Amino acid sequence: MLAVGAGLGSAACSRRDGRLLRFWAMGREGEVAAELVAGFEREHPGLRVRVEQLPWSAAHEKLLTAFAGDATPDLAQMGNTWLPEMAALGALQPLDALIAQTPAIDRGDHFEGIWATNLVSGTLVGLPWYVDTRLFFYRRDLLQAAGYAEVPTDWSAWVDCLRALQASKTRPVATPVLLPTNEFEPLLAFALQQEGELLRDGGRFGHFSGAGFRRAFEFYRSLFEQGLAPGLTNNQVANVWQEFSRGTFAFYLSGPWNISEFKRRLPAAQQGNWATAPLPGPFGPGASIAGGSSLVLFRRSPRQREAWQLIEYLSRPAVQLQFYRLTGNLPPRRSTWALPRQDGPTLAEDLHARAFAQQLERVRATPAVPEWERIVQEMQLSAARAVHTRADLDATVRGLDARVDAMLEKRRWMLARVGAPA
Amino acid sequence: MKARTRQALAGWCLAAPALVVIALFFFVPVIGGLALSLTDFDIYALADLRNLRFAGLDNYARLLSQPLFWSAMGNTAYFVGVGVPLSVGLSLAAAVLLESRLTRFKPLWRTALFAPMVTTVVAVAVVWRYLVHVKYGLFNEMLGWVGVDPVDWLGDPRWSMPTVIAFAAWKNLGGNMIILIAALQAIPQDLHEAARIDGASAWARFRHVTLPGLAPTLMLVTILTTAGYFQLFAEPYVMTQGGPLQSTVSVLYLMYEEGFRWWNLGAASAVAFLLFIVILAVTRVLSWAAARWQPGAVT
Repeated sequence: MLAVGAGLGSAACSRRDGRLLRFWAMGREGEVAAELVAGFEREHPGLRVRVEQLPWSAAHEKLLTAFAGDATPDLAQMGNTWLPEMAALGALQPLDALIAQTPAIDRGDHFEGIWATNLVSGTLVGLPWYVDTRLFFYRRDLLQAAGYAEVPTDWSAWVDCLRALQASKTRPVATPVLLPTNEFEPLLAFALQQEGELLRDGGRFGHFSGAGFRRAFEFYRSLFEQGLAPGLTNNQVANVWQEFSRGTFAFYLSGPWNISEFKRRLPAAQQGNWATAPLPGPFGPGASIAGGSSLVLFRRSPRQREAWQLIEYLSRPAVQLQFYRLTGNLPPRRSTWALPRQDGPTLAEDLHARAFAQQLERVRATPAVPEWERIVQEMQLSAARAVHTRADLDATVRGLDARVDAMLEKRRWMLARVGAPA
Repeated sequence: MKARTRQALAGWCLAAPALVVIALFFFVPVIGGLALSLTDFDIYALADLRNLRFAGLDNYARLLSQPLFWSAMGNTAYFVGVGVPLSVGLSLAAAVLLESRLTRFKPLWRTALFAPMVTTVVAVAVVWRYLVHVKYGLFNEMLGWVGVDPVDWLGDPRWSMPTVIAFAAWKNLGGNMIILIAALQAIPQDLHEAARIDGASAWARFRHVTLPGLAPTLMLVTILTTAGYFQLFAEPYVMTQGGPLQSTVSVLYLMYEEGFRWWNLGAASAVAFLLFIVILAVTRVLSWAAARWQPGAVT
């Protein structure tokens, strides 16, 4: 009882004196954030940062309940697909004015596509903390056996490469590329390589029956129909790394976290045989997904100046490099990629990371509407169904549009009420 | 004051705390949920209540016209229709075998069969995911011994629901079994003996002595299991996340997705009330059937 009283007392004290910052971080980032902010606390002796860890699986719910219960922290890490939703709630502090006062943060130093994911109707609501995209992890030795020194950069040449892998006399690969059918990323990446938007009229209607998405969908499905990709989910491939090293497939679409996994899980003899490559596009190097996490400031925080100082600290290139060392998360600033490292070349020249540097120059943001996560799930479901049942393409994309339009009904009503332009 | 009034007053006073708790924690939320189901409450409304619209029965109408709702209904009906008879049947078989005089090590068997009941669904579901794994699972290993090709238990839309049913039947075996054992022990031994002296076979004794003696309990167990199985959620949530191809999306799982994943609390409340109506109707029909079959059993 006494202890509880004392605990409440100290919490109340720290709330009053305004020298404590509450910082929410998720998953692995939450584990290392305390180490990162130690340097910030040394620079600002009067300030203390309390890092509160959230598991990814519960983070979304926790953020919404914190908003409803008026208990949001001062700043938080946030996956950039969640930004439109939290911005729609009015929970986030716009950062444009703060950026203008902070010369250390230069927009031109950031990857354009990633920066765009932090803009909701033209307002900046988050600052990129680390970046994520999808590209190919591939088997160099198998490609060489099939007569390819490098991964082709356009679709038709890449499909020829897949066929050559299948037909290889020395080391044939029956299903050369793994695109798990329970993940939306493969189809989304192909769709982002097309002209035009995925939602039309300012995010009011689905645009999946448009020519661009149709082309991406057709290409995606043809890979399965021609037997180049197996119709498998991630759960059905028991151990991706093991199957990869066995040569069950030669290409695997995945993200930066897999660099350290491939280094750790592939046998030593295979370490020279794998590499990463940017995605091929319809007519040359193609775009991919602009993912990652940002740092946000909550509108209700009474210590915004201090919280912004912490965000500014965390986005310094040296701190970002330390963050990369701790987590393997790729930094969002080009100047961090160019920093010299003690244990090897710069990140931009790193054997496995450099393909990501190239790909990040060609990433594209998805529509900034709160309903997007649900829409992309629906898209993945349509894709999985089309792969497994050979459903009619036209009916599939039209059905998808109809369901997406229904999801956006409330958004249309709200936009019409406030008289927002299309 | 008359003695009777005073007695009634005392009775109300004693019942009052419980009634207040029930009103506060049951009726108020239920009425709140009903009100919510008539609106389009979502994250926009959470941001600003002016974004809340009264929807009348729109949520219900939209659900009833949504293919996913009907496939969730179908999946749930499949789970209940196959799962309840299987579950109750297995429990009955286990109870009868355990009560047999020929069975040895009864406490050991009883503990082993009851153990799944006291474990948490999440933990054992994770273990089951390994057992039914397409490449390294024990089930497919055993099929391999008899030369049957491996089955993708959780990855194939045709097999996912049977796998979930098998899991649920295994998990719930113990609880019903214990209740049925108690009921078996309450059947007088002299009835069995009289039947045996009259020359009744083992099957005839089971059919004409054991089953009628068990009927009220069997009905109770069936109704409880049915009501519980309609609320299928944890198994698909942990084992399949509703997949593959939404083949294990149950009504409650649909409600969870609407409410806590997409934050459409209005639509989620409507799902909850539709499920409530279905459960009420089915259990009423079962009770009615029980009353017809054996007057005065369970109503």
